[in-house]
Amino acid sequence: MTIAKSQTKSITQEKAKWMYQKMNEIRQFEDKVHEIFSKGVLPGFVHLYAGEEAVAVGICAHLSEKDYITSTHRGHGHCIAKECDLNGMMSEIYGKATGLCKGKGGSMHIADVEKGMLGANGIVGGGFPLAVGAGLTAKLKKTGGVAVCFFGDGANNHGTFHEGINLAAIWKLPVIFVAENNGYAEATPFEYASSCQNIADRAAAYNIPGEIVDGKDVVAVYEAAERAIERARNGQGPTLIECKTYRNYGHFEGDAQTYKSSEEKQKHLQELDAIVRFRKHLLANGLVSEQELMHIEQNVAEAIEKAVEFAENSPFPTEEELLRDVYVSY
Amino acid sequence: MTRKISFSEAVNEAMKLAMRKDPNVILLGEDVAGGATVDHLQDDEAWGGVMGVTKGLVQEFGRERVLDTPIAEAGYMGAAVTAAATGMRPIAELMFNDFIGSCLDEVMNQGAKLRYMFGGKAKVPLTVRTMHGAGFRAAAQHSQSLYALFTHIPGLKVVVPSTPSDAKGLLLASIFDDDPVIFFEDKTLYNMKGEVDEEFYTIPLGKADIKRQGSDLTIVAIGKQVHTALKAAELLKERGIETEVVDPRTLSPLDEETILASVEKTGRLIVIDEANPRCSAATDISALVADKGFDYLDAPIKMITAPHCPVPFSPALEDLYLPTPEKVLRAAAEIIGDETIVTV
Ligand SMILES: Cc1ncc(C[n+]2csc(CCOP(=O)(O)OP(=O)(O)O)c2C)c(N)n1
Ligand SMILES: [Mg+2]
Repeated sequence: MTIAKSQTKSITQEKAKWMYQKMNEIRQFEDKVHEIFSKGVLPGFVHLYAGEEAVAVGICAHLSEKDYITSTHRGHGHCIAKECDLNGMMSEIYGKATGLCKGKGGSMHIADVEKGMLGANGIVGGGFPLAVGAGLTAKLKKTGGVAVCFFGDGANNHGTFHEGINLAAIWKLPVIFVAENNGYAEATPFEYASSCQNIADRAAAYNIPGEIVDGKDVVAVYEAAERAIERARNGQGPTLIECKTYRNYGHFEGDAQTYKSSEEKQKHLQELDAIVRFRKHLLANGLVSEQELMHIEQNVAEAIEKAVEFAENSPFPTEEELLRDVYVSY
Repeated sequence: MTRKISFSEAVNEAMKLAMRKDPNVILLGEDVAGGATVDHLQDDEAWGGVMGVTKGLVQEFGRERVLDTPIAEAGYMGAAVTAAATGMRPIAELMFNDFIGSCLDEVMNQGAKLRYMFGGKAKVPLTVRTMHGAGFRAAAQHSQSLYALFTHIPGLKVVVPSTPSDAKGLLLASIFDDDPVIFFEDKTLYNMKGEVDEEFYTIPLGKADIKRQGSDLTIVAIGKQVHTALKAAELLKERGIETEVVDPRTLSPLDEETILASVEKTGRLIVIDEANPRCSAATDISALVADKGFDYLDAPIKMITAPHCPVPFSPALEDLYLPTPEKVLRAAAEIIGDETIVTV
């Protein structure tokens, strides 16, 4: 299997700007959460998406509100790429009433169903069948929508991976399975845990296309997604795309990351960095000017500051929320 | 000799002693060592579990006996069941009890039932260690206390320790028990310190412990809530009420005798259980006393439990979700018929 290289054809200037903005939003959002978390202000666990921006953004660049995504415990990036509100997200992480889930879900469960974001997920492997269900609705109701399932390399050994993909394949559902192979599941290397060289190799077992892309090249991800989504929208069934990527931070905040080598880290955080590479690409191809890029970066920084301010100034949920929404009926 | 160690260290020590004693004892689970096949990683830098509870075990026993698994709970849990049935004595770690959804069949339909279905021709000396409990801001899928789910199933034993010393003795008993045992560890207790004997010792499964003696009121509390009960007992003492705190320690088997004897003495019962209330340990213990100890009761039984809702993430809501000494005082005031108990 070969790694698809980007051809740089299809991205419009407007789309390119949106992508650059979203990648920066993710990076700056996560860097900010990292900073606040280390001060001990934030409750619970957070799993940061920094480093993997090209995956969520390259894929979601093709989606609209009629398309659904399922996510993982590392879900902030998926939310941002699916255009969830930054204020509502930050507030959710703080456990505030103005959060996207009224503070009842937290980092691991941020969701916005109206935006097609079916939730970050605390259960590894939880997303496969959930994406299949959204794909089934799209097919039966002929919405023209697709469902994208983001999942980690660790999740590809869970039984739901096989059950979910097989179902989507036999029913030819419009589902795209997107592996975020960042090399580790917690402290366990992909190579140890998986009896395959590539996750995409497993597509052969279900008779669906499997494609490997450089998951830190947003253009390559964008193009692979275009092919898969076109297939899905044409009724040709699911595709498995494996994005080779890297998480810049630890598994969760507080992880000493002793299992990573410093050379590997250095390489990924610097020369292979997805945002740096996309920036260079945009300038080299004259798609966006230096000035415009700086403008985007600055706007994002302001938006993130505002999100923190919004969250900090928001109230906590009150007691009546405790028993609300256990059921629809009461 | 005893010395002060944490709950987490006590659990770790129990596993270490068990593995030294019996080469058939193995440990398997996700990142119980961590960093499998990473060349540059020294064993002492390995994670030893997400909470560090299994730290150091891989150094002493090697990766043959301390097995990192893929994220495949159904796979390794089923394997642990038959490894147990065919000669090993596995400890399988299910990182959070909430993940039982991924391997309930292996525990409920396989592990729990083999012996009975096979007419007694198999035994399953498996211990499943798993983390539970709210209060960690870990939200709905990482905070449940699902011990009632397992207590419901014949063939499984269920242990919910509340102190470091109990944790060690009960875990050793669980590992060397020939039946499958689900051993619950409250994540918010891991740092709690207590006196623990250095030696190998076991605490029999099915034997409750009276954590405090009293004559006016019995509180039966599960796991961490034993400490809520003890705090409430202190407050009640200031109001002249002597509380007996009974820690069942194991929900299956359940030491009915000790619970009933305490209620016979005090005539009043409060059960504290931080799990959801329906079909729970709280309702089970209440039903036991209503059934076999009705004549001992001077007042209705009170249950202090979580509400019937998932564990909310927001600290503001999670604090309301959990039992508190104040809630216990309110219940005590009601069954003792003395409102001043709450207001003093
Ligand atoms: C069913 C289940 N098992 C285990 C866990 C604990 N856990 C949370 S994240 C994680 C690692 C996931 O690795 P991967 O799928 O590669 O995603 P990444 O963290 O690398 O993004 C594990 C084991 C869980 N949340 N759910
Ligand atoms: Mg991973």
